[in-house]
Amino acid sequence: MSTAIGSDATSASPAVNPKGEARSGGAPASGRGPRESLLSRGGAMLVMAIFTLYFLVPIWWLLVASSKDRGQLFSTNPLWFADFKLFENIANLFAYRDGVYLKWLLNSLLYAGLGAVVATLLASMCGYALAKYRFPGRETIFNVVLGGVLVPATALALPLFLLFSRVQLTDTFWAVFLPSVVSPFGVYLSRVFAEASVPDELLEASRLDGAGELRTFFTVSIRLMFPALVTVFLFQFVTIWNNFFLPLIMLRSEELFPVTYGLYAWNSTINQFPELRTFVLVGSLLSIIPLIITFLLLQRYWRTGLGSGSLK
Amino acid sequence: MTASATTPTAARVAVQEDRGRRGTTRRRRVQHPWAIVAFVAPFAVMFVLFYLVPIAVAIWQSMLVVEREGTYGAATEVFGGFQQYALVFQNEAFWTSVVRVLVFGIVQVPVMLGLALLFALLLDSPLIRGKKFFRLAFFAPYAVPGVIAAIMWGFLYSPNLSPFEALTSQVNLLSADFVLWAIANVVTWVFVGYNMLIIYSTLLAIPQEIYEAARIDGAGQARIAWSIKIPLVRPALVLTAVLSIIGTLQLLAEPQTFRSFSSAVTSTYTPNMTIYATSSIPNVSLAAAFSVVLALATFILSFTFLRLTRRKGAGE
Repeated sequence: MSTAIGSDATSASPAVNPKGEARSGGAPASGRGPRESLLSRGGAMLVMAIFTLYFLVPIWWLLVASSKDRGQLFSTNPLWFADFKLFENIANLFAYRDGVYLKWLLNSLLYAGLGAVVATLLASMCGYALAKYRFPGRETIFNVVLGGVLVPATALALPLFLLFSRVQLTDTFWAVFLPSVVSPFGVYLSRVFAEASVPDELLEASRLDGAGELRTFFTVSIRLMFPALVTVFLFQFVTIWNNFFLPLIMLRSEELFPVTYGLYAWNSTINQFPELRTFVLVGSLLSIIPLIITFLLLQRYWRTGLGSGSLK
Repeated sequence: MTASATTPTAARVAVQEDRGRRGTTRRRRVQHPWAIVAFVAPFAVMFVLFYLVPIAVAIWQSMLVVEREGTYGAATEVFGGFQQYALVFQNEAFWTSVVRVLVFGIVQVPVMLGLALLFALLLDSPLIRGKKFFRLAFFAPYAVPGVIAAIMWGFLYSPNLSPFEALTSQVNLLSADFVLWAIANVVTWVFVGYNMLIIYSTLLAIPQEIYEAARIDGAGQARIAWSIKIPLVRPALVLTAVLSIIGTLQLLAEPQTFRSFSSAVTSTYTPNMTIYATSSIPNVSLAAAFSVVLALATFILSFTFLRLTRRKGAGE
């Protein structure tokens, strides 16, 4: 395992610049070697253009389809707008069954947002301690946690169900929330990052000033680890947001569903209730937006962290 | 996990600890013990509760069998040893689904990682303008959860809704012959950009000076990519490959969603779908045995892959 996610933390340092700035994405002037032929430049751009279509056309189609009413969905050009009814459709979706869709959206934000915040805090504290303190059992803890990275989340869903049903907590908020605050990968990433970006001298200085260990962590270290924290947060946010098996197996009450599971449930009954089709499409479109916004806001930080996690 | 003991970091730590021991007493007092407990305990408690205990529960549950006294008697769970595992190994549908996801992975993972590597190299080369745009465009699908991506593509594949009617009227992408590859396309669409970004971040971290000598010798971008960049991003490729292998064996959301588009996707189409179907019968002990077998298979496969790539790397 250690080979894969680079147990060799020290050599990761080029990527783990404490300021959180990797080399900028644009080609630096020095990156130009012998002048590349027009042909290979054109070929490269062509490949990129074709795949841009592949990646974006489905999303474009979803936007167009969400703006149509039921009749036009089948009768008009699938890739271009007809009567623009997007906002009407959204209003109808929000009104449907006392706004159950909005409830799902809020549930997802709560599961993923709050869950990822708690997960980041727990993982960063543990990873930081593993990096900055010497104590017996340190390597054992780290190796067990690394083993946890290899355990797929879906493999845990059924066992978690069995566990929660023993304490009669299935079909509750906690059944989906609690398991999602554990991020072994977050501990790994925090450890690598803390080793590279929190200097021991700084901790000593802070101790001489009389600051306690916890205070030093929360005021000094946490800032230096910021790009890693953002990365851990985003990883966990996406994992929880996309988690399907856990809600599928734990939840029965519709009011607890996250948005993905709610849309899945609607989509499964589309043959009996064709009017749900528009709601599924509009609901899918809206459900993508929170993640895109989060990525755009935080991308400067998390891409740095991504590099530090994979480089050996 | 043994490898971590041989890495420079661990070695350095060991040396430091050695020095500490030699210098003073044999057993050095741990400094700041309460701070360490405060830092580690919250995660450790949750990890034990929601990782280790469930695994233990699953193993225990998989050893139980339900016994009834007479036809209408009360059901009791008694210890049955490996009875459930015998059922797992006799279950043809399960092994068919395992083979199905393996075939899926053997095709989909190399295609996806090959594309991700190609895009990362192109983004890192001076051949491309508008890098920021392409990076965002290629990564955007990662913001689409598996269920939603499956719903979208399900509509795109449906003959009467698809914008690509020319294609879908010729080939039924939702038929038994094609649906596995239709799902493979959904997974590829979602994850190429994510893998591209991991590889690209690694490329960005390589110091520019490394390329200089090659350029002086007149090597072009293709040559630099092949001889310098690809070997240097090997660890990132291994990481993405392992994550993809794990993901493939755990396929659930996409095929489960496809059931409403295609009758070819059965309730036991992938191993995880078998587990879900079995647990909702309910036969939790058998489902637990399926879970344990699948988790072990995943673990063994990713571990074997790591071993193979490591040995190959050492021989270079």
